[in-house]
Amino acid sequence: METKTQPKTQEANPMKKQRMNGSEAVIQSLLHEGVDLLFGYPGGAIMPVYDALYHYNDKLHHVLVRHEQGAIHAAQGYARVTGKVGVSFVTSGPGATNAVTGIADAMVDSTPLVVISGQVAAPLLGTDAFQETDVVGITQPITKWNYQVKRAEEIPEAIAKAFYIARTGRPGPVVLDITKDAQFGMLDFTYSKDVKIRSYKPSKPVKKDSVAEAVRLINLSKKPLALIGQGVILGGAENELKTFLEKTGIPAAWTLLGLSALPSDHPLNVGMLGMHGNYGPNVKTNESDLIIAIGMRFDDRVTGNVQKYATNAKVIHLEIDPAEINKIIFADVPVVGNVKESLPMITEMAAEKNHDEWVKEFRACDKIEDQKIIQPELYPAKEGLTMGEVVRRVTEVYNDDAILVTDVGQQQMMASRYFKFKNTRSVVTSGGLGTMGFGLPAALGAQLGQPERPVCCFVGDGGIQMTIQELGTIWQTKAPVKIILLNNNYLGMVRQWQELFFDRRYASTLLENPDFQTISKGYHIESSIVDDRSELDAAIKKMVEHDGPYLLEVKVEKEGNVFPMVPTGASVSDIRLE
Amino acid sequence: MKQEFTISIYSENHVGLLNQVTTIFTRRHINIESLTTSESAIPGVHKFTIVVFTSRDTINKLLGQIERRIDVLKAFVFTAEEIIHQEVALYKVKTEALLNSNEIEKLVRQYGARILEVTNEYTVIEKTGHKEETQELFDKLDRFGVTQFVRSGRIAVTKLNQELLSNYLVKLDNDKSILD
Repeated sequence: METKTQPKTQEANPMKKQRMNGSEAVIQSLLHEGVDLLFGYPGGAIMPVYDALYHYNDKLHHVLVRHEQGAIHAAQGYARVTGKVGVSFVTSGPGATNAVTGIADAMVDSTPLVVISGQVAAPLLGTDAFQETDVVGITQPITKWNYQVKRAEEIPEAIAKAFYIARTGRPGPVVLDITKDAQFGMLDFTYSKDVKIRSYKPSKPVKKDSVAEAVRLINLSKKPLALIGQGVILGGAENELKTFLEKTGIPAAWTLLGLSALPSDHPLNVGMLGMHGNYGPNVKTNESDLIIAIGMRFDDRVTGNVQKYATNAKVIHLEIDPAEINKIIFADVPVVGNVKESLPMITEMAAEKNHDEWVKEFRACDKIEDQKIIQPELYPAKEGLTMGEVVRRVTEVYNDDAILVTDVGQQQMMASRYFKFKNTRSVVTSGGLGTMGFGLPAALGAQLGQPERPVCCFVGDGGIQMTIQELGTIWQTKAPVKIILLNNNYLGMVRQWQELFFDRRYASTLLENPDFQTISKGYHIESSIVDDRSELDAAIKKMVEHDGPYLLEVKVEKEGNVFPMVPTGASVSDIRLE
Repeated sequence: MKQEFTISIYSENHVGLLNQVTTIFTRRHINIESLTTSESAIPGVHKFTIVVFTSRDTINKLLGQIERRIDVLKAFVFTAEEIIHQEVALYKVKTEALLNSNEIEKLVRQYGARILEVTNEYTVIEKTGHKEETQELFDKLDRFGVTQFVRSGRIAVTKLNQELLSNYLVKLDNDKSILD
């Protein structure tokens, strides 16, 4: 699927050759790709590129992060909310290895990135030179494509190819490792975005017979359930999805990364799938007679025990990546291709229907969950503040139209469950890799990508400390990110598992935390702290009204748990409410 | 049920492709029984022939992951019945052993092997065939002392009439939609 094409810049005529060095060619190539913002960190082997960048400061804005992991996460946040390719510069050796976590995160969550790493000069390759690492070797399994550029003349073509591969088909990260001598070398620059790679087919045309078979099953089904994944968002198929659901009357549940593809209040939205998802869609998965998976990959956090998953259902799998078909769950009808193409083909042929009785069954489950879990979490009567009530108050204040960025852990699950959405591309979270430390830098990138929209970043006291130095970047860019730190003095999700499955042996999960208010002050970021329910609304109001970045620390109950929960190895229908 | 599969992978001839391909196997802890790589009949296209023991389900998933690599053109999987395959083995014995009796010469005839080189010190024998055959000859020759033995990876052609990849490349040329 082609993510949103970047606007063409009014740069020099690409057909007219210009003599320049490799570093300038890097910058010129990025301008031809429509890049106007990138994240990075300079160092020895990338200095020539930074020197070239110096002369293009007005066209290409560089955000200096505090650690290369932050550069990648920020580029991910930027890419996820804009649909453009996120771009990062890192230096060789430790610069590149620091970026590895972010690249792996982008790979598993299909985020289009182009990461340009400096490398020692070609004659030094393989000599254990200062700050030399085998970047191509290290990043090979965690990139959609990577390549080492050793000659200046290769640069424009390699960059064009990198962008093309990153954004087309199932998007993903690309690493270009450019040796220092290639950055200094001279070339006659021309740029063509007309990339053809005979070994790469981004998306196959949708097969009509598989569409017909899918439609036949859909028309026959009594209890169909649609599963929405990030493929809908990456393919820009939100409207196509809505039209399909509304014509067929099929209830739809979402994966963590499919969140915000369908508005929260849509009558056919039946909630979140998986381990900490909603009761209804998990239980009903095993009652459904037809699963229609749309741009999702049946992650184990969604399926629970695959032997006991969707036991009564046939499966239609709409997916752009053929390698995902039958990888986890057998697809009776695979529909390979971009869902933006396949969904309208199905909608056109499918019978107009409603499944009101079936949808009511979900709503009956919602009632049970609401009573047992949601009400006590969102409107607690007990003394301690809950994560859920903080999330509820924040989303309400923003009228359910803010961008949500989360870190990983309990706050991530609480925010995903209780934050509400009107618009797509409104969630940035680390799904497949589950990278703690993702939130803060990703929120920065999201805010710079969508400067007009409010960005709320939920982090825990554990995760924020993994990339806390990016408060410096947030301050330097003045990105008005609202950071909501839910502090329970524990590595909460691990502690929850220890409580439930390790007999309350809290091994190394209790944190002795710094004073986050002082830290925030040290980074010049306005902040406040709340530990009482009566102060919460006023504190949130102050945060929202503050013009600039803000950190709101909420001392939540220490041993709160996220429920419902599908324990590891259990079937989705054995979801626990307590 | 585990069985033997031969995978043919056609790829661009780029640095690092071997690593790209082998990590797909190592990540799933699948041992590569044999691996051969060389340029294919199509100039610029590299061919890997890989033999593994695994299940049909796993091999299909592996194939998906292999074809997902950007520089891989196409991968095909075959069972032993669908291909003609060979390996080549070289055996080094002392020339003295060859001359002491006619046993080694008899084995060479019997197994359709041939003598590549004879010097005063050593003799090199070559045999092509399936692994069981080259192994059997080794076991017999070793009674006279094999000082060096080496066996190549498998090479294979299909029993189909046409070259699969050529068809695929023609299809690529004709069907532009595949490329876009």
